[in-house]
Amino acid sequence: MLSRVADSLYWMSRYLERAEHTARVINIQLNLMLERGVGSDDAYWAHVLRTLGIELSATEAAEAQMLAVSLVRDTRHKASIVSSIVGARENARQVREQISSEMWEQLNRLFHTVRERGDGSTWDAREFLQSVKEGSHLFQGITDSTMTHGEGWQFIQAGRFLERTVAVSSLVGEHFRELPQARDESDPVHLEWIGLLRSCTAFEAYCKAYTADLQPDRIAEFLVLHPSFPHSIRFSAGALEKAVKEIGREVAHKRSSRVERIAGRLHATLSFGQIDEIMHGGLDTYLETVLRQTGQVHSALYQTYIAYPIEAALEA
Amino acid sequence: MAGVSSRQALPAPFHEYELDAAHDEMVAPDGSVRPHYERLYRGILNLEPGELRRRQQIADLSFLHQGITFTVYGREEGTERIFPNDPLPRILTQQEWSRIERGLAQRITALNLFLKDIYHEGRILNDGVVPRDMIYSCKHFRRQMRAFSVRKDAYISVAGTDLIRMPSGEFVVLEDNVRVPSGVSYMLVSREVTKRIFPRTFRECGVASIEHYPQALLAHLRALAPQGCSEPAIALLTPGVFNSAYFEHAFLARQMGIELVEGRDLVTHDNFVYMRTTAGLRRVDVIYRRIDDDFVDPLVFRHDSSLGVPGLFNAYRAGNVSLANALGTGVADDKAIYAYVPSIIRYYLNEDPVLNNVETYQMSVANERRMVLDNLERYVVKAVGESGGYGMLIGPHSTAAEREDFRHRIEADPRNYIAQPTILLSRAPCLIDGTVQPRHVDLRPYILYGERITIVPGGLTRVALRKGSLVVNSSQGGGSKDTWVLQH
Repeated sequence: MLSRVADSLYWMSRYLERAEHTARVINIQLNLMLERGVGSDDAYWAHVLRTLGIELSATEAAEAQMLAVSLVRDTRHKASIVSSIVGARENARQVREQISSEMWEQLNRLFHTVRERGDGSTWDAREFLQSVKEGSHLFQGITDSTMTHGEGWQFIQAGRFLERTVAVSSLVGEHFRELPQARDESDPVHLEWIGLLRSCTAFEAYCKAYTADLQPDRIAEFLVLHPSFPHSIRFSAGALEKAVKEIGREVAHKRSSRVERIAGRLHATLSFGQIDEIMHGGLDTYLETVLRQTGQVHSALYQTYIAYPIEAALEA
Repeated sequence: MAGVSSRQALPAPFHEYELDAAHDEMVAPDGSVRPHYERLYRGILNLEPGELRRRQQIADLSFLHQGITFTVYGREEGTERIFPNDPLPRILTQQEWSRIERGLAQRITALNLFLKDIYHEGRILNDGVVPRDMIYSCKHFRRQMRAFSVRKDAYISVAGTDLIRMPSGEFVVLEDNVRVPSGVSYMLVSREVTKRIFPRTFRECGVASIEHYPQALLAHLRALAPQGCSEPAIALLTPGVFNSAYFEHAFLARQMGIELVEGRDLVTHDNFVYMRTTAGLRRVDVIYRRIDDDFVDPLVFRHDSSLGVPGLFNAYRAGNVSLANALGTGVADDKAIYAYVPSIIRYYLNEDPVLNNVETYQMSVANERRMVLDNLERYVVKAVGESGGYGMLIGPHSTAAEREDFRHRIEADPRNYIAQPTILLSRAPCLIDGTVQPRHVDLRPYILYGERITIVPGGLTRVALRKGSLVVNSSQGGGSKDTWVLQH
């Protein structure tokens, strides 16, 4: 497979996962805002933007709500949902011959939907956000059922789960840095914890495991270490490792052992992690390590398969 | 032009079918339907009213779903447009076709010999058949190709020659396209459409098959493999997704099962060309390049090109990679050289041309220039290095201001212009708003040249879908239709 094609498939998938995650987080925050009543929300939205990995300057923080609104549809904002979908489609367009026509049609349809609904007030945004989520889910289903699960599909998997590892780690880390523990169910902070779980589609799954008794330690354990919940960090890192290994197997490449080792280490760290130790040493620090190692997987993927130096390839 | 005849009108949906001075492909001057169109004509008459339109909509929809589009330049988004396709086939008899086939084979053979000659000893120039300054003033002449022997002397591997039909019914050559001719994918998909719309008629008519074009192209590309390379790796080099013919590039690559690459996918090392794959660098032996000479190698040609591959030309000259078409073929389809093609055929093959040229006046020749400038409204003026219907003046349809503009341009740079009498292209039946009406058409067959010559029967018929228009280029509001060559 051409390196450029692998690159496009990987980014198509990352952009779409990013659009879906941003849509979910903002949708849930808009809902919480209704409960919080009237007041200045800028400080709060600055926190939300940080959970999405967006760092703000002091002046920007003062208008965080405005910024958050622009994050929905403003194409000038590179992290906005519409920009992400445009990015996914542009990457797909470069490799139209490599993906199934059903995949292309669905992504194209999603693109046209978000462009048509490109204006409207914040309050109509929820329907818009819902359609982004559904569009992304549909695309994933179509991808899994119409594309050969070969090298290209594995790059799509790698992109999706690497993006998810990064997104959930930033989200959980920021929440635990900022939020105090709730005193009881009537405490408004309680809602924030529900918001965190919902942002990872994890509220119902958490309740099944631990009942609706919301304990920060348990929430952390669920979101960071759960072995089979698809939005947990451990699950995502596991899926990432699997995709990386499969790519190495398909390509049968001497140099692929390095990236496999880095992805394997990340997954192992999470698989054998212990929540009390993690909390004791600081969840923050722990997740920073996860983020750093995920970044290393990305770089190693690039160095091995996509942007390798010619000299290295000639020796092989 | 409006020669309305006194004959009885044809029945619906042909009731708006009128003849004029142009040759009509379907209807003879006496108003009868030509024998080779009989089956199609009756087939259409037998359809329920509205059925034809319904079938066309199905065809359009399938174009949309398959994403058969071309790109319109100069717009930010939504730049892909569906290629306009007319569902009624244009039909040629075996007899008409075999003459065309012979003429095209003769022409491509002569043009390949001509290119080899001018890049080597230049006999034809020494003998004064073609003026030397015509060659050296041609902007597509590549001095870097001097004394370089291209693989198997195949300079032009793929050609698309535009033919038009005179009011007399004779086919003549309007222009040769021997650099990077496009449109062959539309020929193949138009065939899919007519097979779906007229399955019975198609079968009864015994239409010659064109399905083997991709395999034939692949075989011609394989034959160009560098010496000692038995299993060549072949790639199609595209300028990328923003090019107007990107659909075709992707289509052909998929049909042939070869890799579709962009310049940034290729690297050169020690005069070999490689593509970057996830499994490392893979050697490339033959490149079917769909980018112009100017852009293939920024080290040798245009330095600002980011589409090409630095070092490609050296690898090419070292014989480690073959390009189709060769570089520098543009000399042969320069519109000023075109006027010499009949002499070129006689010079190398010692035969008379089977297909004639359109009468052409060189603006660099003083008395021809004077004659044309005095009667600009009667001529079609073309810039010699342009294609795709750009840089053209159609005298009878022009305004005084446009003619004045061209007069200045011609006087400023006469070598750059030629003029031809305005020719009434033949007309073929097309489906327009549910009725069948005649529209002007041309014909672009595709010729593959190598150790043997392959010409798939028919080619792309291009249509000027606007009533009365003579311009068939897709960039200028033209469309395409399928071409049937009857086997008996």
